[in-house]
Amino acid sequence: MAEKKEYKVIGTRPIRHDGVDKVTGRALYGADFQMTGLLHGRVLRSPHAHARIISIDTSRAEAYPGVKGVVTAQDLPEAEDRVADLGEGAVNLKYLCDNILASDKVLYKGHAVAAVAATSPHIAEEACTLIDVEYEVLPPVLEVRQAMEADAPLLHESLKTTSMGEAADEPSNVASHIQHKLGDPEKGFAEADIVVERDFVTGTVHQGYIEPHNATAHFNQDGQLTIWCSTQGAFTVREQVAEILQYPISKIKVVPMEIGGGFGGKISVYIKPVAALLAKKTGKPVKVLMNRADVFEGTGPTPASYVRVKMGATKDGKITAAEAYLAFEAGAYPGAPVGPGAMCIFAPYSIENVVIDGYDVVVNKPKTAPYRAPGAPNAAFGSESVVDEIAEKLDIDPLEIRLLNGAKEGDRRADGPIHPRIGCIETLETAKAHPHYTAPNGKKHHGRGVASGYWFNIGLESSVTINVNSDGTINLIEGSTDIGGTRSSIAMQAAEVLGIPAESVNPSVVDTNSVGYTAVTGGSRTTYATGYAAYEAAQDVKRKMSARAAKLWEVDEDNVQFADGEFSCINGKEEQISFRDLCARLGETGGPVVGSGTVNPGGAGGAYATHVVDVAVDEETGKVEILRYTAVQDAGKAIHPSYVEGQIQGGAVQGIGWALNEEYIYDDEGTMTNASFLDYRMPTCLDLPMIDAVIVEVPNPGHPYGVRGVGEVPIVPPMAAIANAIYDAIGVRMTELPMSPDRLLKAMGKI
Amino acid sequence: MPTVVIPPLMRKFTGGEENITLPGATVREVIDNLESRYPGIKERLCEEDRLKPGIAIYINGLLTRGSFLERVDTDAEIHFLPAIGGGVAEPSH
Repeated sequence: MAEKKEYKVIGTRPIRHDGVDKVTGRALYGADFQMTGLLHGRVLRSPHAHARIISIDTSRAEAYPGVKGVVTAQDLPEAEDRVADLGEGAVNLKYLCDNILASDKVLYKGHAVAAVAATSPHIAEEACTLIDVEYEVLPPVLEVRQAMEADAPLLHESLKTTSMGEAADEPSNVASHIQHKLGDPEKGFAEADIVVERDFVTGTVHQGYIEPHNATAHFNQDGQLTIWCSTQGAFTVREQVAEILQYPISKIKVVPMEIGGGFGGKISVYIKPVAALLAKKTGKPVKVLMNRADVFEGTGPTPASYVRVKMGATKDGKITAAEAYLAFEAGAYPGAPVGPGAMCIFAPYSIENVVIDGYDVVVNKPKTAPYRAPGAPNAAFGSESVVDEIAEKLDIDPLEIRLLNGAKEGDRRADGPIHPRIGCIETLETAKAHPHYTAPNGKKHHGRGVASGYWFNIGLESSVTINVNSDGTINLIEGSTDIGGTRSSIAMQAAEVLGIPAESVNPSVVDTNSVGYTAVTGGSRTTYATGYAAYEAAQDVKRKMSARAAKLWEVDEDNVQFADGEFSCINGKEEQISFRDLCARLGETGGPVVGSGTVNPGGAGGAYATHVVDVAVDEETGKVEILRYTAVQDAGKAIHPSYVEGQIQGGAVQGIGWALNEEYIYDDEGTMTNASFLDYRMPTCLDLPMIDAVIVEVPNPGHPYGVRGVGEVPIVPPMAAIANAIYDAIGVRMTELPMSPDRLLKAMGKI
Repeated sequence: MPTVVIPPLMRKFTGGEENITLPGATVREVIDNLESRYPGIKERLCEEDRLKPGIAIYINGLLTRGSFLERVDTDAEIHFLPAIGGGVAEPSH
């Protein structure tokens, strides 16, 4: 389906449509939202990581001057113990509601217990201290392997391990077990000349979006609920709020404000239903804002994990078998991304014999949320480190061994499906030919590492409407919140169809009452699926405009063709009219033209990346410095190369932070001791060189322009690439993230 | 006829067989025919008239919406896989 042709708009780099508003500070974010009579909400959070709630007394808070309402879980409709399919995924409603406001137990420090609406944020905060909660403190379990032990404290007395639809008899912290198997792993390992097996541990890491969560809710007199908020998916907010409040979706309108980062962390709802509850109770609009500590302690990070990888290869480097054990921390409620981790771990390779076991395990930490390629980085840290070790032991170039075993079209993934056209080999070849890879790197304590990564990408539903203006421009209405420049990448696909400049498209992200259902901005799906919907909507406009040209020229529609922005007559008449000129004649040819496109495409093409990194390790301090970083990635077709490069650079930088610095540090009671950006160390521009982003284009056959999602895979390779570079520098295999100075010093035997 | 690839954790129903070829023009027909041949397997995959949450269908490598009405080609390969949790790709409608 993908066209191989020269494009006029696609592949260019126009200024983003929302650029002026963003750089001048005029763009409106959730915290900017104001209404007459607005109240301010504040959430009281648990000081304990694991405790039973004996009682909650809100009377002192309710009596405090300026307080207009207090809510607890008692104000939520009784949640059914059933699983609902929401835009965010299948969710047990009781778990979902309990994560919004704890009913019987608190399961992590920071778990929401109650909320206050008052005339000022300060009064609301003060009133929270007047809510008396009596707890029976229970021992927390804070690490996945401890949580899996038979005598571990149970978070949920009714939780039993499920394995493909079958539940175990006894309660456990292990929510589910999955397995993928291909061929005969035992036989594969017997054929190997070398087998490498290692354990890996990764820490709990937050997405670190700059804008904290926010929500303002208002109930009209007629019962219409409106929520203005920062979200990756207005429709999934609507679905989740409807289920939590047991309120009809037709009575809820969600207005997505501009979003200051999400990376997966703004799909789940936290304070949106709370704002709605407070608005209902007080009869006033209520705004709830999180601070940074709330974000760290009360929203979903990506999970810590324990990963064991075993791989075998022949002397000439052919990988004969692979085995993985993945145990991921789900946080307080089931739902760790161990499934994606299991899907992705060996996807860069063609291996005949594979077995992968994955475990979703609850622990007393915030319920995990998606974070860029959720699960895949944890898994790849293990597999890509082991591949590197095999290459080193066999004295084979690390990119060469990846090329030798690289996944190709027609190969079967470990989880079963067969790869369609993919660009794994092309990213490896590009990395190998890059000047970075061939540059000298021989200084003492300097090292070079490489790693590859895979993310499958998703499709899901998207809707776009196009209104044609009389001056030759179009208004493009979409439901995908714009996190990374997708207004432009979507607009450009419509512009390409209609032969008009990108600047002639006015894209708008609108509320849930104003556009067809659109799934979340996540899974690297937006430029792919909403772009596909824009393509279809533009095709609809093209058909309707062709009919108008036919009417103008008094010919059959079959006699009109469209190319390069011009309609022309092909029945011998010398008629021709540009899209722009025809727009001016809509009134006389039948009135307004509106096009629409709705898609639910299944052909999201998986994306591969290969990264090369040079590091210097300071022998005295254990600090790792990134000297040079090159990230090669298959984008299918880069609609707007600048934004593809931006995604690649952003993903690589977040991966560098995950690799070297970032982690939740807990005390024995389960309190996060570094819940601020001063102590939770994300990389800044001072820590990093320019990331050299290299785009490879292997078109995805499942998209008209060949688009593959690009936002997630760049975070998959960095941890292993850096670990491999550290090994090259100092001869020590790092198997625990982050590879912080103290861990480096320990590994080097300095402390 | 379509081929169903049985998940490793469910192969006890099929005596260890991985690939089962059986008739069916829709997902519903394939599952019903699977149940006829291996009684009890449908209960593991479905509840009421839909897939269980946590299980996804891939047809020819493409994630479907999990609808029983989905049509399958005569040479289709069908996988029942753990649905992608963690909020990334669960069929929702």
